[in-house]
Amino acid sequence: MYVAVKGGEAAIEAAHQLLAATRRGDVGVPELSSAQIREQLALAVDRVMCEGSLYDRDLAAIAIKQARGDLIEAIFLVRAFRTTLPRFGYAVPIETGAMDIRRRISATFKDLPGGQILGPTFDYTHRLIDPSLAEGAQPAPAPRLEGAEPEPAPHVASLLGEAGLIEPNRSADADQPVGDLTRDPLSFPADRDLRLQALARGDEGLLLTLGYSTQRGYGRTHPFAGEIRMGEVEVEFIPEELGFPVPLGAITVTECEMVNQFKGSDRAPPQFTRGYGLVFGQSERKAMSMALVDRSLRAKELGEEVTAPAQDEEFVLAHADNVQATGFVEHLKLPHYVDFQAELALLRQLQAEWQNARKDAPRSLESSREAAE
Amino acid sequence: MSDAPAYNFAYLDEQTKRMIRRAILKAIAIPGYQVPFASREMPMPYGWGTGGVQVTASILGRDDVLKVIDQGADDTTNAVSIRKFFQKTAGVSTTTHTDEATVIQTRHRIPEAPLSDGQILVYQVPIPEPLRFLEPRETETRVMHALEDYGTMHVKLYEDIARHGHIATTYAYPVKVDGRYIMDPSPTPKFDNPKMDMCPALQLFGAGREKRIYALPPYTQVVSLDFEDHPFERTHFDRPCALCGAVDAYLDEVVTDDRGGRMFVCSDTDYCETRRAAGHSGSAGALDDAEGRPSP
Repeated sequence: MYVAVKGGEAAIEAAHQLLAATRRGDVGVPELSSAQIREQLALAVDRVMCEGSLYDRDLAAIAIKQARGDLIEAIFLVRAFRTTLPRFGYAVPIETGAMDIRRRISATFKDLPGGQILGPTFDYTHRLIDPSLAEGAQPAPAPRLEGAEPEPAPHVASLLGEAGLIEPNRSADADQPVGDLTRDPLSFPADRDLRLQALARGDEGLLLTLGYSTQRGYGRTHPFAGEIRMGEVEVEFIPEELGFPVPLGAITVTECEMVNQFKGSDRAPPQFTRGYGLVFGQSERKAMSMALVDRSLRAKELGEEVTAPAQDEEFVLAHADNVQATGFVEHLKLPHYVDFQAELALLRQLQAEWQNARKDAPRSLESSREAAE
Repeated sequence: MSDAPAYNFAYLDEQTKRMIRRAILKAIAIPGYQVPFASREMPMPYGWGTGGVQVTASILGRDDVLKVIDQGADDTTNAVSIRKFFQKTAGVSTTTHTDEATVIQTRHRIPEAPLSDGQILVYQVPIPEPLRFLEPRETETRVMHALEDYGTMHVKLYEDIARHGHIATTYAYPVKVDGRYIMDPSPTPKFDNPKMDMCPALQLFGAGREKRIYALPPYTQVVSLDFEDHPFERTHFDRPCALCGAVDAYLDEVVTDDRGGRMFVCSDTDYCETRRAAGHSGSAGALDDAEGRPSP
């Protein structure tokens, strides 16, 4: 016989114990250290730092371990920690032009100041599974270019800018502080700073899909990969009591500047336009997708017609956050007995009315009824 | 991480609480208006009560007595989880008794026992915008509220009547607050709507993912939308609770076997237990197939 259900608390406790044991897996297999994750699953760590909006390799590695490799869950763990951190100020904007470059390529110029540097990339590898990795084969030592001083590598877009072929970047306005959607609720229309922040935190999969859709004609933007660079940049901070910048440390970032052909509109002259992507760590897929979507979201500003999902600011920004998305999708697991009961009663009533109507008018054509909302 | 993070009373830092309290005060000053606030990431997922949890965390004091319900029950898993969260982070005392609580956080129900002066009911809200499924754009719906442009909502209700003979909304049934704003009561069944009207308790609504807070001050007029010739109708149950015999309570349908057996019991577990403790009982002792058939 039914008695009012009790025992939710004990069930939750047991489920959490079961989760911890399942996470560990076969205890006959050595446990993964978070240092191993940090060093050997570095791109997973990068993604968690980027979408978690917190640059901390060790914390991201623990989160990945705790989340059993579920990166969105790991991102969520990092976000929930980040939100509790006090803000003591904003860093000086990083200078990606002064990056200690590990990889830098341009698809628009064959050669350029600073050169093309392939760096550690999957590009041009043959995607053949390497069985020797299962045995723990050690790679050959990393090649080094001896005696070569790195030469300055100015941004490609700045090379075009000198000739007026590309739109200038707006310079920073000291009176207009940069927005922060984690401190103020996002409202529409959102300025580009907030859009870029939302995209940098946004789900890689969503941005990839949206960027891809623009290439297939849903809001075409005619992009060229002007430049992609990855490496270390120094982060500086000006403490109020000192009044001059002090270095906080170096972070790895990937930056993508798309150069987009633009025939001009009533708002802007014909010139190359820009789309921008910047992410923590090494992720060209995310940086390039972000640059494509950034450019698409500038449609209104440039006087283009908004026709495609990637150009629709409310659509993109309201759905880009995977922590929000996964929470709301998965909340359907929570009990909905009460609402379901209400719908059940309504459906029974509608069915009874439908049956009666059929009895009263057997040949009535009125037979299609939508289920209630 | 060598330093174990130390969290503030009720988890949120005081700056954040102040920001949320300001939003709550604004919401109370403009009943039914959705106030945007800088919702924080919480250690539970969006859609699982982060808005309600932030509101509760911001108003909770050390002397408060907290009750948390989900689907009317204190023992549903998410209610247990949220109650434990505040036991752990705020160390406040908790209760399952509606009349003992000073703050009640709820998902999908309003307690059956009448609320009183000084109590606060905090609702978890998934989609705060009552016009959202008529107009997906926030930029549009904000203008519609500003202009009191609620024609589409009335057309929607009218179309329900034209198609079904009655309004086919059973939960999250829209209300008009103090003659001004149309408000989503959160996905409570429309059975609970009349309890919101002129309620002595303060009612606060938190939507974390959507970053909105709204409120009903005590003794605010709350009217469920309807038409003169199609007045609002509360859901009726054609039987009493099988456990406590209550005839005035919202009932959950419980499947008792795979032969169509059903029983109907109070969704508000505290109400049901209190009644049984007072000597009321239902038909569950003599439960048989005839008793358990689904209603026609």
